This record gives sequence, C-alpha cells and structure tokens, in this order.
Amino acid sequence: MNEICQCSIRELRRRVVEKEVSACEISRSFLDRIEQVDHHTRAFLAVEADQLLEDATRLDKKIASGQLKDGLLVGVPLAIKDNIVIQGMRTSCASRILENYVPPYDATAIQRLRAEGAMFLGKTNCDEFAMGSSNENSAYFATKNPWNLEVVPGGSSGGSAAAVAAREAPGALGSETGGSIRQPAAFCGVVGLKPTYGRVSRFGLVAFASSLDQIGPLAQTVDDTALLLQALAGPDKRDSTCSTRQPDDYLVGINEDVKGCKIGLPKEWFGSGLSSQIEEKLREAIAKLEGLGCEIVEVSLPHTEYAMAVYCIIAFAEASSNLARYDGVRYGRRSPEYEDLATMFRRTRSEGFGEEVKRRIMLGTYVLSSGYYDAYFLKASKVRTLLKSDYLRAFEQVDFLLGPTTPSLPFKIGEKVSDPLQMYLSDTYTASTNLVGVPGLSMPCGYSEDGLPVGLQIQASYFEEAKLLRLAHALERELAIQQPDLPFD
Amino acid sequence: MSSITVEKVKKIAELAHLQFSPEDLKRFIPQFQEILDYIAQLDDVSTENVEPTYHVLEHMSWSELMREDQEEPSLPVETVLESAPDSAEGHFRVPAVLEE
Repeated sequence: MNEICQCSIRELRRRVVEKEVSACEISRSFLDRIEQVDHHTRAFLAVEADQLLEDATRLDKKIASGQLKDGLLVGVPLAIKDNIVIQGMRTSCASRILENYVPPYDATAIQRLRAEGAMFLGKTNCDEFAMGSSNENSAYFATKNPWNLEVVPGGSSGGSAAAVAAREAPGALGSETGGSIRQPAAFCGVVGLKPTYGRVSRFGLVAFASSLDQIGPLAQTVDDTALLLQALAGPDKRDSTCSTRQPDDYLVGINEDVKGCKIGLPKEWFGSGLSSQIEEKLREAIAKLEGLGCEIVEVSLPHTEYAMAVYCIIAFAEASSNLARYDGVRYGRRSPEYEDLATMFRRTRSEGFGEEVKRRIMLGTYVLSSGYYDAYFLKASKVRTLLKSDYLRAFEQVDFLLGPTTPSLPFKIGEKVSDPLQMYLSDTYTASTNLVGVPGLSMPCGYSEDGLPVGLQIQASYFEEAKLLRLAHALERELAIQQPDLPFD
Repeated sequence: MSSITVEKVKKIAELAHLQFSPEDLKRFIPQFQEILDYIAQLDDVSTENVEPTYHVLEHMSWSELMREDQEEPSLPVETVLESAPDSAEGHFRVPAVLEE
C-alpha cells in the first residue's frame, strides 16, 4: 500500500501545505488504491477520477500562489455517501428511481468541505435512501466488510465506512437516521460521529426522516473526525432545522486529560442481548478509562426497550412523507409506460423503489393514516419525550454515556435480509440517540476472536462534541489498538 | 392492536401511490404484521400528560428562522429542467391532470 494511503487527514494536509507532496499526487495515490482494492470491497458506486484530478490541479495552483494555507482539509480527498448532493456528480441514493439524477447544486456540507480545500473521490454505496443496516438494500450491489468479504460492512453508510477502513479514502461523509454512521463504523473498525441534531446543515442531504437525519464524518482517528466536524459544523439559513449556535473549537482542547469525568453505563445497554465478545472488549476499555481517572457510574435509561418501536414509527412516517416527492415529475426516473397521471405515479414509484423502501413507506403511511395517527405516530412522539427525559436526567448525573454500538458482531451477507425486524434491531443501541438528538461517536475497541472489529460508543449532551471528542481521543490513545493487515493486503 | 388484511394494505398502497403483485403481497403482509406487532408494545407505556416531541432542539425562536420576503437568486429554470423526465415551454410536462 502506498504510504500516502496510510496517512491521517491531518498529516496529508500538513504535507500539502508544507509543499512536500501535491494534491495531484495524493489524489493519484488514492485512485490507485481504489483501483487495487475496490473490486473486493465495492465501497464506491462511482469514482470521479477526472473531476478529482481537475480539482487537484486547480488546488495545486492555488497552493503554489500562497492561497489556502489556512484550509483545514487542504489537498484531502474524501469519499461522499451517495445521498449527499454534489453539483454535476451523479447522486442516486443507491436507488433506481434516481439512477441518472445529476444534482444542480452542492450540499452545504460539500460547500464547507470545498471551502477548506478538500476534494472528492466519488460517491460511496449505501442502503437505498439510507434505509438499512447492512448496505444490502442498495439497488446496485452490496458492499463488503474489508475485514471479511463475506460479512456486511453495516449500513446505511456502509460504503463510506468500508472505504475508510480499506484506506481507499482518508475520510468520508456518512449520514445517520437511526445509527447509520456509528453502526457501520463499528462493523468496519473506524471512527464515526453523529453530531447533535442541527449541528450540521441538512441542506443537500436527501431527506429520509427530517427530525432525525444528520450528516457526520468517518475517519481512522478521533483527531481526523474532529477536523472533519470542524469543517462541517455551523448555522445555515437554507436549513431551518439547523441550529443558529456557532460551532465550538473541536480541536483546541482535544489532547486535554479526562481525569474526573463521570461516565455513565446505562444498565439497559448491558443486558442479555449483548454479545459476550463485545462486552469483554467494552469492559477492557472501561478499565482503561478508570485508569485515566474517570469515574464510572451505573445509570438507567428506563425507556430504552421502547426506542426501536418509537424509531420505526417516527422514522418510517417521516420517510413516507419525504419520499412522496419521487413521482417522475421533476427529476429521477419516470416509468416508460402509463395511461394517466395516477398510473404514472404508481408505476414510477413501484418500479423505481426497492423492497425495503416500499416497506417503510407503507408502514409510515399506515401509522399516519386516519384512525391510526393517534395510536401510533402521536403515541410514539410522546414516548420520544420520555426517552428525552431519561437522557436529560442521566446527564444531570454524568458527563457521558458509554456502551456498545451494536448488540452483535458484524453478521454475514444474506443472514438478515429475509427478516426485516431482526435487521432493524441492529440499531437497538443507536436509535435513541437520533430520537433524542444528542451527539454519539463510535470508535474501535478491539477485534473479535475471528478478527472482526468491535466498536464502542460514547454519547454526550447537546452540542457537547468537543467534550466527546476529547474523551474519545484519550481513550483511543490509551487503547492503542494495533490494526492487523486487511485480508487482501 | 390491529391485524393486517389485504384490503387494508391495498388502501395504504393507494395512499402511497404504490402497487404490489400478489406474490409481493403474500411476502409483504406477514412482515408488515410482525413489525406492527412489535411496535404495539408502546401500548404498555403510560403517556398521560406527556407532550409529544417533534423537534428536539428547544432553544430556537421563530425570529431566528424567519427572514424578510425578498426575492433572492435561486436555480435558473433551464438548469432545473435539465433533470426533468419531460419538459416543454419552460414547464414540467405530465399527463393531463384535468379531463377535457
């Protein structure tokens, strides 16, 4: 593997700014890496080599003339999940219904990354419209876990997680609605962060569930994750759900010690559903935190068992509303045969959407329909309040919550496809975070007996990403996990 | 709480502008039922006097979100129509909405 592909984002930027290497050279290194290994991982839906080299050449000229030295991500090529729009670059959300859609605008997140000097390798595979936990719902093909090609990378940001894990990209953007950054990050052995709801603009993120969706970074290290967040975070007039609160400095205090931090272990997260191998690695990490002077406290989030039911109702309801726009009128695929408007809508949507998407739209429509709205959607929204109260009460006692990211180790491709409910339950430990809106980060804490990554997650209260990153960074340093070689290297 | 019948599914499909083949329905209905049975556990939770949460961030005031109704540049029509499956005379073209 080219040594460049093993560099952190921070290191790549340093080399570019100090003129040790050019943006073009970095681009070519990652393009070569993708060519070597992507046929194994299938992380990318599309690699935009020409555009990348064009951007890199332009960037190199700017750097030569002294501009851009302050950009956080100068010369860094990133992989972008295919539900985030990049102007002029096909965005399909891994669906047939948007097969040839070329967005006429950049997402705010993309604009922010560009402003910091970043470039884009291409679009990564995901579950269709971000609906899934294994990347098997892509209408195109399944992405593989780089650590074992018969195993899922997780989802829905499986392509982004796999690309980073396989060093096809030093960093990536993913998105979360119920755990879709953290769960694949855990399955692929990388760091993934879901920011506080409203911390990063959703403008240009194809909507799944508007009250839950967030864009977030994936990278090999906590420090790199912080760099990406710093570029992404901030108010945006074009997203009315985006917080007007200015972003914090996520980098300045990241190396500070964490003595005296109170870490809560929700007892509901350590029950019988948790894999013993995951629990073992988790306990080792907890011991390290105690060694660093942290206080470990047992807490309770009593409504945890209801979180998935609440999530299914709210997310699917919001999805049914958000996906109503795919009707063959303004963009995307239109069915070639129809007699009238009604058949045009019905055929376009039925032909263009995959099974899981249709399932969720149907369930979402059902729980919002007359006669069922109160029993389902309204009820779930009230239980959401109870989940939030659980969290607020816990954060009165502790600074952080810590636990497993997933209940089980990465499962085999095909294992859960015929049981949708089992698939949904992969998000058991992550979905509450999206419902409540607090930030959550998953980071590697070791490997299973079979060499599969194990992740743990840390959560903090609203807008406390700086604290979260500091703790994660300290733990990462303490764990000092040695990454073995990937099977194809 | 409720049991899924073919009629109910067809009604929902109509609302969602979706259609299913008989084979799809056969496979779909038990999955639908399983998920509905699962989410029915919310019946066990007491939510008396609990307000619903639709937006998790509380501290944003409407004044922060509103702006003066002034026209600002947006995407040009030609650019937008490039993505359209069918267009004519600066509009999206679809089958007749109203009967003659």
